Amino acid sequence: MIHTHILVCGGTGCRASQAKEVQEELVSLIRDKHLSQTVQVTTTGCFGFCEKGPIVKIIPDQTFYTQVTPEDARDIIEEHIIKGRKVERLLYEDPKTKKRISDSVHMNFYKKQLRIALRNCGIVDPENIDEYIARDGYQALGRVLSIYSPDEVIDIIKKSGLRGRGGAGFPTGKKWEITSQVEATQKYVVCNADEGDPGAFMDRSILEGDPHAVIEAMAICGYCIGANKGLIYIRAEYPLAIGRLLVAIEQARKYGLLGRGILGNDFEFDIELKYGAGAFVCGEETALINSMEGRRGEPVIKPPFPAEKGYFDCPTNVNNVETFANICPIVLKGAEWFSSIGTEKSKGTKVFALAGKINNVGLIEVPMGTTLREVIFDIGGGIKGGKKFKSVQTGGPSGGCLTESSLDMPIDYETLLEEGSMMGSGGMIVMDEDDCMVAISKFYLEFTLDESCGKCAPCRIGNKRLWEILNKMTKGEATEKDLEKLIDLSHTIKDTSLCGLGQTSPNPILSTFKNFKHEYLGHVRDKQCEAGQCKDLLHYTIDAKMCVGCTACLRNCPVGAISGEKKKPHLIHQDICIKCGICYEKCKFNAILHQS
Amino acid sequence: MKTIKLSSFAIETVEEACSDFQYREDELINILHRCQHKLGYLPAEVQEIIAQKLQMSVAKVYGVVSFYSFFSMIPQGKHPISICMGTACYVRGAEKLVDEFKRQLRIDVGETTQDGNFSLSCLRCVGACGLAPIVMVGDKVYGRVSAKQVKDIISEYQKSMV
Repeated sequence: MIHTHILVCGGTGCRASQAKEVQEELVSLIRDKHLSQTVQVTTTGCFGFCEKGPIVKIIPDQTFYTQVTPEDARDIIEEHIIKGRKVERLLYEDPKTKKRISDSVHMNFYKKQLRIALRNCGIVDPENIDEYIARDGYQALGRVLSIYSPDEVIDIIKKSGLRGRGGAGFPTGKKWEITSQVEATQKYVVCNADEGDPGAFMDRSILEGDPHAVIEAMAICGYCIGANKGLIYIRAEYPLAIGRLLVAIEQARKYGLLGRGILGNDFEFDIELKYGAGAFVCGEETALINSMEGRRGEPVIKPPFPAEKGYFDCPTNVNNVETFANICPIVLKGAEWFSSIGTEKSKGTKVFALAGKINNVGLIEVPMGTTLREVIFDIGGGIKGGKKFKSVQTGGPSGGCLTESSLDMPIDYETLLEEGSMMGSGGMIVMDEDDCMVAISKFYLEFTLDESCGKCAPCRIGNKRLWEILNKMTKGEATEKDLEKLIDLSHTIKDTSLCGLGQTSPNPILSTFKNFKHEYLGHVRDKQCEAGQCKDLLHYTIDAKMCVGCTACLRNCPVGAISGEKKKPHLIHQDICIKCGICYEKCKFNAILHQS
Repeated sequence: MKTIKLSSFAIETVEEACSDFQYREDELINILHRCQHKLGYLPAEVQEIIAQKLQMSVAKVYGVVSFYSFFSMIPQGKHPISICMGTACYVRGAEKLVDEFKRQLRIDVGETTQDGNFSLSCLRCVGACGLAPIVMVGDKVYGRVSAKQVKDIISEYQKSMV
């Protein structure tokens, strides 16, 4: 009889820091100690607490071990499992109180979260369908097929208030209804898993941690709209998610949950994977469909919408991964339950990928209406290295940068738009005082330039011009006239581009200009970069009064531009310095100055 | 343009990929994935065979290859180095890593060193943002890399080649 489960995170982040080796070591120790009858090691999906990976969790006592190395496995088995003593040094240490926290229930990171889309991530083995079934898996599909008509299910989804989690927030039930009403012999359900926002990894984590949740929801959608074929369009850059999806699809077929005559009904549904090849614009549904048909992923003018004319001109319903992940709980627990969570117009929860200059990088899910401050400071644990919060970027390259003044706004689709950003797919990048807003705009523009498909002129040519102006600014070569042109052109591109990519590409510029106008003016008028990031506007010097001669800068300088004796002030040779900023990061005495 | 004579293995690989996907035009991206996976890159000659087999124009095949960043027409180095330039890595100093790799290897992004050992590229978000900034050499992931470590990473692979 198994009484203890050791869960090891098998997400991409933890895998990259040896989680697989940890798991193998645990398994071999359990075998050596003859514990196989009572202790079981399971690979799960992402726990969300990626900052401190690899994560190992012990059930039933919920002990949460962080940054576990293969060498630590012995202590976990010999101390915790055999002797019942928790391994103190592997427990999470609260950065504020410096106390070790004994289990996940008491961690601030989890206290404010509500996990609906991520309900099984970090709990079930994604490669074992039985574990999913044990957590009410495929019950929603069963109920739908046996008691509900397609219209009744669509009605539940409509009443729940669920909106598209890919970014635009179109009501999901409405979308299903439109597709269901189009007459056609062949229709398709498409899952958009082309997660292109840099810094967003929620879709990947759901597919890696709970692939059946998406498969089941797609089947339900197929039943509702009258489609017998599902397609998952997934990035080729996500090999782990692809592997787990393929396993899950195969298992579902074996159990008669995909294929012909599902659960004894005459409903037929099957799923096939289609691979992307790295193009951000393919997240746009018409571009995605072009790409699935083997062509360049260029968007086309809507209407006709995919609901009328989509994949091979058949009616096609496209939903994002996270949207699908919400479907089964809604069917099982009811529309009222779901709509009781969240704000007036944004129901349910949202998954965010917290990243950047924040203490707890990771994946979180909170009810709509939670404030940014709660997300960044309570769950995220505040800014790294005790620095000052400057801005949070939401919505990826189409979104905007929000400041301190927006921190107490409840997060929902409308508020974020009003504040000059957008929900997007849920990437949340936190920036501190060292991040230059002009450089950030340039970074996003570089991304848009790379990803613009080139079909329409405003996006293809306009964004290039925007980038050139920003580049001039970061080099200290721009004039106030350029600044005027930048803003003017931004509005033109927004108004005249063909698809969502171009219509939103100037957003990072407009939102940072609105909130950090003085930084733009600083770059243009005074040729100064307040944050100290724009290399061409800086030079590094050492403050002789502050320098204690610890030699940290000298030892770390990659080009040998620093000289000085131990315990005496050091000197930077400007002719050798490449302005890499390593000395600034390494100095513990604030003796390195970067000045414009 | 330099013409390459494809090996019989390469020709067979491409022909097999086309036939496995029933010469279907809508499977073009899958065919290209397969060919790149087996051959490492997609030179013009490979695209010509695909176009001929699928009875479509070479321009259309090339249009798709050049559209998607995953496909490459240049052979990669023995140790391909990719630096993640997702936003999370960017704000944690990925740009400095790019500068340092360029300086150490004396090549630009998108190029391969003359000895063919290293190639340098930027990629968009591996999704391991907790470990930012990230560098990948082949399949191996290096997390929380500092500019100072760049030299060590390169020499790790130089050693293994001696």
